[in-house]
Amino acid sequence: MSDLKQELKEKIIEQLNLEEISVADIADDDALFGDGLGLDSIDALELIVMLDKDYGIRLSDPKEGRKIFESVQVMADYIQEHRTK
Amino acid sequence: MSLNQNYRIKSFCHLKNQSLTVNGQSVFDDASEDFQTFIKNAYKFLKTDYPKFFKMDSLSKLAFLAADVLLKRENLNEEENNIALIFSNRASSLDTDRKHQAAIENEEEYFPSPAVFVYTLPNICLGEISIKHRLYSENSFFIFDHFNAEHLHLYANSLLRNEKAEKVLCGWVDLDENGYEAFLYLVENEGEIEHNIKQINRIYTLS
Repeated sequence: MSDLKQELKEKIIEQLNLEEISVADIADDDALFGDGLGLDSIDALELIVMLDKDYGIRLSDPKEGRKIFESVQVMADYIQEHRTK
Repeated sequence: MSLNQNYRIKSFCHLKNQSLTVNGQSVFDDASEDFQTFIKNAYKFLKTDYPKFFKMDSLSKLAFLAADVLLKRENLNEEENNIALIFSNRASSLDTDRKHQAAIENEEEYFPSPAVFVYTLPNICLGEISIKHRLYSENSFFIFDHFNAEHLHLYANSLLRNEKAEKVLCGWVDLDENGYEAFLYLVENEGEIEHNIKQINRIYTLS
């Protein structure tokens, strides 16, 4: 599980071009949107594509992302339970 | 409104060939031949401090940094600024269009990136500049075969004479696999250089 969380932090930084943020800056429970990492709506769409591409999870309703992308911890729990690859 | 009023070019900059010049004077040089490395080094040198810069595509990074160099010398209002943008280039958004095309070519691996797709129009760079500097005024992006001083001159004069803007930031921002080039100049009531086609072409070919 901690490997998955580490992997997610690395992917978030790389795919969302968070140039000035390192893995150590993201705590497992930090909010990804709003006051946390300050991600925006395009970032949310990128994360939805990442779930599909890397973990075989296709969200039928983009609004589901709001709950799933709450933090790295919540994302990791969701991926662990639903991943198909 | 005065049809005979003459406007001036207050400042201009070039960002090309791994160097940045402002008003013909060298400001930054870098040995990096790769555009991404060069533009990142220029961003750091200019102490730009705008994290969203790293999410932009290459054309927007080029246009944003060139505009930022000139606009941050203007003591802009924090709420709103009446500065129009008239940009142009040859390659449109082709660099990003190609990246998007590559992402949708293979039906088995069909994962287009939303962050890439949103930059598949050249005028998106005008939005990035407008957001940073709070510009709510007119903006246009034209595609030409070559730098077209006549068109930029005519359009800028029209906006200023009709009081559609207090200042106009004009120029050429082109980027494709063969290279990159930004040339921007600010037109307003004051400045050392007369705003006419001959002078625009002269400063375009400097450096």
